[in-house]
Parts: sequence; C-alpha cells; structure tokens
Amino acid sequence: MATSVPFVRPAKRPAKAALTPDEPLIPSRGGRGRGAYWLYLLPGFVLLTVIVLIPLGWNVYLSFTEWRGIKPPEFIGLDNWIELFGDAAFWASFRNSIAMIIAMVIVPTLLGLLLAALLFDLIGRKFGGRLASFLRATYYLPQILPVAVAGIVIGWILRPGDDGALNQILESIGLGALAHNWLGSPDTALASIMMVMVWVQIGYPIVIFMAALQRVDPELYEAAELDGANWLQRFRSITVSIIRPEIYVVALTCTIAALKVFGPIYVLTGGGPGTSTLVPAYYAYSEFFQSQQVGYGATIATALTVIIAIVAIAFIRAQLRGEEKERAGL
Amino acid sequence: MTATTAPARPSTPAKIAPTRRHRNGKRPRTITDWVLLVAAVVVAVLIAFPFILILINSFKSPQDYAATGPLQLPTQLYFDGIVRFWERVDFPQKLWNSIFISGVVSVLAVLVSVLNAFAIGIGRVRARTSIIVLFLLANLLPQEALLYPLYYMFKQVGLYDNVWSVIIIFTVIQSAFGTYLLSSVFGTFPKEVLEAAALDGAGRWKTLWRVIVPISRPTLSVLLIFFFIWTWNEFLIPLTFLVSNDNQTVPVAISVLQGDRLMDVTTTSASALLGLIPTLVFFLIFQRTLTRGITAGAVK
Repeated sequence: MATSVPFVRPAKRPAKAALTPDEPLIPSRGGRGRGAYWLYLLPGFVLLTVIVLIPLGWNVYLSFTEWRGIKPPEFIGLDNWIELFGDAAFWASFRNSIAMIIAMVIVPTLLGLLLAALLFDLIGRKFGGRLASFLRATYYLPQILPVAVAGIVIGWILRPGDDGALNQILESIGLGALAHNWLGSPDTALASIMMVMVWVQIGYPIVIFMAALQRVDPELYEAAELDGANWLQRFRSITVSIIRPEIYVVALTCTIAALKVFGPIYVLTGGGPGTSTLVPAYYAYSEFFQSQQVGYGATIATALTVIIAIVAIAFIRAQLRGEEKERAGL
Repeated sequence: MTATTAPARPSTPAKIAPTRRHRNGKRPRTITDWVLLVAAVVVAVLIAFPFILILINSFKSPQDYAATGPLQLPTQLYFDGIVRFWERVDFPQKLWNSIFISGVVSVLAVLVSVLNAFAIGIGRVRARTSIIVLFLLANLLPQEALLYPLYYMFKQVGLYDNVWSVIIIFTVIQSAFGTYLLSSVFGTFPKEVLEAAALDGAGRWKTLWRVIVPISRPTLSVLLIFFFIWTWNEFLIPLTFLVSNDNQTVPVAISVLQGDRLMDVTTTSASALLGLIPTLVFFLIFQRTLTRGITAGAVK
C-alpha cells in the first residue's frame, strides 16, 4: 500500500506527478496521516450498525427459527431453508422478478437512452431547450407519484367490466371485444403490472442521462458529424461511451428496485391471481403479517438479500473494472 | 480546458426555407425531425394520460361520473369530493408530517453522505471498496429484512409510532445511496483545486466545507431533491411504524382510507389528486436544479 512510501512534504507540485491512486487527494500536511479520515466515517458507521447491520443479523438468525410472533422464537435449524427450496410459490416469485427486471431495467434503460438522446440532441437543439425540458418533466411525472396513489389510479383505470377507464376507452373506439379484467386474470395480470412499471420507471433514466449528456462537448459531435458519422454512430461512440458511468448507476439501482418491488404489488394485486404476480418481497411480507410465520418470512427476506447482494457486487466490480480501464487509457 | 464556444455558425443559412426560422434553431428541421418530435410528444401524452384522468374526475360529482364515464369533462365543477377527503383525513396535518419527515431526512442524509464520501472519495481510506459495498448494501436491502427487528428495537426505546423512528431509518437508507454516488464524484474531484487549497493553508475540515461542498453543490442539490421525493413516497416502513392517525404521512393516510365507504370513484380520484399535488409542486420548483445534473460536481 502507498503508505509504505516515505512521504515527504510536497514542496512543489511536479514532485506529485506520480501520485498513486491510493493516496488522499488532499496532500497531507504535518504528521496527520490518512487515519484521520476515519473520523469522518464515524457517524455514518454508527448509524449503519444500529439501523442496518444489527437488524440484518437478527433477521438471519430468525430464519433458523420457528416464530409466530408471540412466544419466544424456537430454534429449528435448517428446516425453513429446506422448505424454501421445495416451495413452488418461492420459485414462481423469482420468475416474476425476471419479468420485473425486464420492465424496470431493460426497457426503461434502452428507451431512456433513446429518449434522452432525442431530447438532448435533436429536440433541444432544433426545437428549443424549453420544449425539451417540458417533455423531460412530463416523462418524469410518474416518478414523483407516491406508489400508493399510483396504485389507486392504475387500479381504477384497469378496473374490470365497464367501470374501468381502459375498458371504456376500448369500447368507445370500437374495440369493446378487447375489454378485459386486466389485473384479475392470470393471463394479463403480470403483463399489466409490467406496463405499469415501465410507466413508473421511465423518467428516472431520462433525467439522469440528460444530466450526464451535459458533459458531452458539443465540438465532439460536430467533429464526428464533419467526419461523416451518422446519428447512430455518434450515439454509440460518443453518447453511450461518455455517459457509461450513469448507465451503470441506473442499471444497478433499477435492478435492485426490480428485485425488491413491493408497493405496486401490494396495492394492485396482492400477488394474485394465484401466484401470477407474486414477488419475493411481497411473499415475505405476507408470511410476516398474514400467515404470522415470522421465521419463514425472515428466510425469504434473507434469501432475497443474498441475491441482491450478489447482483450488487457483480455490478460494482464491473464498474470498477471499467473505471480502471478508463484511467489506464488516459 | 479547450475553447468553450462552438465555432460561430452563420445564423441565416443561404437556402431560404418557407418556414419561419426559429431563433433557437441553428439548422433547418427536416421531416424526420418533425416525425421524431411527434413521437416524443405522443410518448409524453401517453405518460401523462393517467394524470389527465385524475384531474378530470376529481371535479366531478358521482352522478356526473355515472352518467358520462371517466373521459368526459365534468358538466360542472364539483368540489365536494376534495373537501370531504380533505376534512376526513385532516389533510394539513398529514401534509406537515410528510414535509417534516422528508425535509429532515433529506438534509441529514446529504450531510452524512458528504462526510462518508469525503473519507472514501477524497481521503481514500483503506478498504474503501468494501466500505462502499457495505453502505450500498444498506440502501439495497429489501426493507422486509429489517422490518421485524427494527419494530422491536424502536418499541424498546419508546420511538415506535413516532416520526423520528422513520426519520432515523431513512436517513441511514438514503445516505447509503448518497455515499455510493458521492464517493465516485469526489473520487474524480480535480486534484489541482485541492492542492491549491492545501497550499493556502486550509485544513481538511475547511477544505471540505469551503471548497468541496460549494463546488459539488449541483450534485448535492440533486441528491437532496431525490432524497426528499423518495422519502415522501416511501410506503412500507411509514405504514408499519406510524400507526396513529396524527403521525401518518400523506401516502399512508390515502391508502388507509381505500375501501372506506366514503370513497366513491370521484372521491378516490380527489384523494389521488391531493396526494400528487405536493410532490408535483416540489418538483416544479426544483426542476431546474435537476437539469444541472447528478455528476455536475466534477468540474472539467
């Protein structure tokens, strides 16, 4: 590590040219070394330990117990875990998680890239920045909607029979035959939820990507244009490569959000019909509060936590590798 | 830094187009441009459609709704749905609870994020990658995995059914995300600026508040706004921890009333409208800050 290098007071700048990536960005003065930075981490660490680490460990312990919430938990070893691996509902909930990843990560990121580039590159430049801002704000609207409110609105639009707004619209344009119990039938419930999630999610990547695009030097585009690069080539080699850090952040945060989606399921379908829209977070919740099987609920929550941790670590490693490559290239 | 201005472009191209040249338009618009614009507008209308439905139906009487359905404009403006919902849930109180919780959380969480990111991004403490992963974990965890233990802990210390329980929990959860994001922003902070501050004799504490925070302000504002909106919209933990009427937040109060006899279709719509307006107002006020960007702190 870099601290093994005897550190002389940096008298002049050029001497620091060979700063290794492990040294603080602020040149150290006097005798205080890097250790003092730990003081800044103290409040964050204390809070993290009390609010996250201890409860988390407790929850893992509960996954090895049978507990119905009244008498003290009873240790039963691996029984919950064995039950979990044979539980068809648990596996169904993970299949639905994949559908949530498609609806909340893949579609919004791709669509978000296209729409952000469209707003920034074309509409912003040719039709005025004000129109681009207005459209961006409109795309972002569902993101600011509290999930409970979104559930009420969507639930009402998708209501079965003639009462629902969507069915009424279909009727009024002569497509009454398509009217459907959207959230109540197993064949459309998941697809309806997916549509809702795309709607909710799309504004987030657009706002982040458009902010990132402001880093792009317009001269780069003009140079590429003069070189005869078409829009798609410019999009791929300039836009995407410059905002890659944001693409990582968006993909990571959205994947995690997709894995732990709870609110929309809670307010719209309760996991049904059957297990057609069941997701792990809702399954854990229903074991906690409806079946009073706290131990089994804790097991599902722990399994979900492990999967999320694996996904997150994989993403971060990829991101760090990318950053290192970039630094090496400079 | 290279030249900041793009090469000047003649403002009046040689070809004279029949359309009025827009003062912002640097170059002529082709048919493809218009098609793409229409596509972008159509997407916007589709996204806004549910909001339009809320707006239309919040001001309808139940009879009007039964007669004309959700798509017609109201025959006359009807405010009883909104008024009834407002009085029934004591809306100003819920509004204050939500503003207080989200406001305190966003300020505290940004503060904690800055301190953490300073040590990780600028101080480059040992094992920082593992530390980032640890903080990220806190933000990424399914809240179900913490719910039962937290419920017990807060009951023990007498903070159950108290807004501060929710404030403490979300300060930690939001600042964990802030730490992750700010650490990478601070990690690319221009070294020259920090070295100049050090040469001027500024210590770490001073450099953090006088140099790093002011320069990163656009990023910090964006974080603040995100934290506010995210906390405002949180559902599971407020629902579990704030059981009494006086402590509930707006989303919880609205969802608790669903299924109530009072809630006919138009009152439901009115409740959605009232639930939406506060975040909408907040968003419109701070819209411009968001455009400046989440990574704008890293100056070139």
